[in-house]
Amino acid sequence: MKVADPVASSSPWHFWAYFNAHLHQDLTWLWDHVWLSALPVAVGLVIALPLGWLAHRYRWIYPPMLSIAGLLYTIPSIALFVLVPPIFGLKALDPLQVPIALSVYSVALLVRVVADGLASVPDDVVQAATAMGFGPFTRLVKVELPIAVPVISAGLRVATVSNVSMVAIAGTIGLSNLGQLFTTGFQLSSPTAYYPPIVLGIVLCVALALAFDLTIVLANRFLTPWRRAVQGR
Amino acid sequence: MIRFESVTKEYPDGTVAVDDLSLTAPSGKITVFVGPSGCGKTTSLRMINRMIEPTSGRIWIDDRDHSTAAPAELRRGIGYVIQHAGLFPHRTIIDNVATVPMLLGQSRREARVKALELLERVGLPASFAKRYPAQLSGGQQQRVGVARALAADPPVMLMDEPFSAVDPVVREQLQNEFLRLQSEIGKTIVFVTHDIDEAIKLGDQVAVLRVGGRLAQMATPAELLSNPVDDFVAGFVGRDRGYRALGFEMVHGLQLDPEAAISIGTAVSGAAAVARDGWVLVVDDQQSPQGWLALNDDVTRAAQQITPALLHRGGTVSSINGTFRSVLDAALSSPTGRGVIVDEHGRLAGTITAANVVRLLEQQPAAHVARS
Repeated sequence: MKVADPVASSSPWHFWAYFNAHLHQDLTWLWDHVWLSALPVAVGLVIALPLGWLAHRYRWIYPPMLSIAGLLYTIPSIALFVLVPPIFGLKALDPLQVPIALSVYSVALLVRVVADGLASVPDDVVQAATAMGFGPFTRLVKVELPIAVPVISAGLRVATVSNVSMVAIAGTIGLSNLGQLFTTGFQLSSPTAYYPPIVLGIVLCVALALAFDLTIVLANRFLTPWRRAVQGR
Repeated sequence: MIRFESVTKEYPDGTVAVDDLSLTAPSGKITVFVGPSGCGKTTSLRMINRMIEPTSGRIWIDDRDHSTAAPAELRRGIGYVIQHAGLFPHRTIIDNVATVPMLLGQSRREARVKALELLERVGLPASFAKRYPAQLSGGQQQRVGVARALAADPPVMLMDEPFSAVDPVVREQLQNEFLRLQSEIGKTIVFVTHDIDEAIKLGDQVAVLRVGGRLAQMATPAELLSNPVDDFVAGFVGRDRGYRALGFEMVHGLQLDPEAAISIGTAVSGAAAVARDGWVLVVDDQQSPQGWLALNDDVTRAAQQITPALLHRGGTVSSINGTFRSVLDAALSSPTGRGVIVDEHGRLAGTITAANVVRLLEQQPAAHVARS
């Protein structure tokens, strides 16, 4: 009962032929995977910036905020995907289901990163900025955040890469993304193992994670020429 | 002028950092706050630009109650230099210096032109403009810190231990340049340090604070050395007060002994004719003293020509217009007992013995003792 398929071989190394054979479908899943991974990090950062600032500014908020963030992160992703629609009044399998759930994780990760990034700004620099007449907001935008970029971008790398893997889990409950390749692979693996879609899913996920990682590394380099100047000495 | 009027800072836990402080830092002068840690000197400084708000009392800056100005506005008109400089690591040197003018609304171009001038003024080459702070040494960073504080040409400068984090040689250099700069710009400066020697060197007047934030004594450096008000000030000012006070007494009518000298590079054999007590002073072509040559020395006897390597260099050299301290030190540090004195052009003027310096000191109308 082998499904009719142009890629007849079940060798794991035939994933590329499988990719070419299902190009349109695979590219759709890939694109969905891209935005499903990236959007939550962007949303998470926007929400984490003020929260992280609060946790940095009022140190007593820091411990409880991190505990809450840690608890959020321990909710199994599959459970969160399922819980999001009823909580937010969405239909099951709504395209927003995944980004909302993953934004929660991203916020949980990035609050700490933002707070620690702001704490990484040397005290005498903050003091000098204040004494020179920066208001609190200008100081944050022009002095503290630019100096916190290396710490924050390190956190963004972790958040983005972990999102790439969690989006795939959402594929298994039927949402459009590279996770569908694993579902397909399992379905085709009866009665004998059929590896190409599974290997393709892994390869594309890893490639996507690497691409995101590289993008953030490059953005960090672009935003922090001052760090390179010192290392190049 | 900055005037503290019964200023007190008490923290919620009951700690009194500054206790009823009243003093005036006059315009165009350097006022130094000095004292042990916990004496409230930094707190007092930070109350001037409202980084810390006083619990009671008022601070006036040129007859304006400083609490009537918005903090950020007030601070843009007050230069601020701290230990480790606190430069912005993500901005180039020139943009660090241009910070306050740009906050005040100047265009980037205008601010940078001014910043370049200031870099030169604090002794940094224009080639540093495009570097980042971490590419500079501690001393260079501190100069940038001073340039940055001066950028908007504020009448008032606050300096919080600005030279404490650099090594002693660089510190002395920075102090001397700071004094030279101040003689050109004449800012009203409040300077905080824990180092009494720095306070005495830099201050036009020195406020000694004791733990608990109380003013112990406010006086000129010379007065502080010659007439400390109590045991705390005396102890804090330290030992050798009498000798250090000589650093503020200028010599007049110095009677020098003539000293025959020999030029460097000439034959050793010519030295015996001019030597006294087995030593001869060696000068260069400009008659500037280079050091003493010992004749009864095996190395000297073996040499043909007088070279720098043969010279004893332990002795200090004082200017004829120097202080009693520098003249006496020249005599005490000389291997021959004859202190080398130069004229205002750095040329050998003659020598003087410690005994003669002390004799002259005793003839002075006991100025450093009688002042009080």
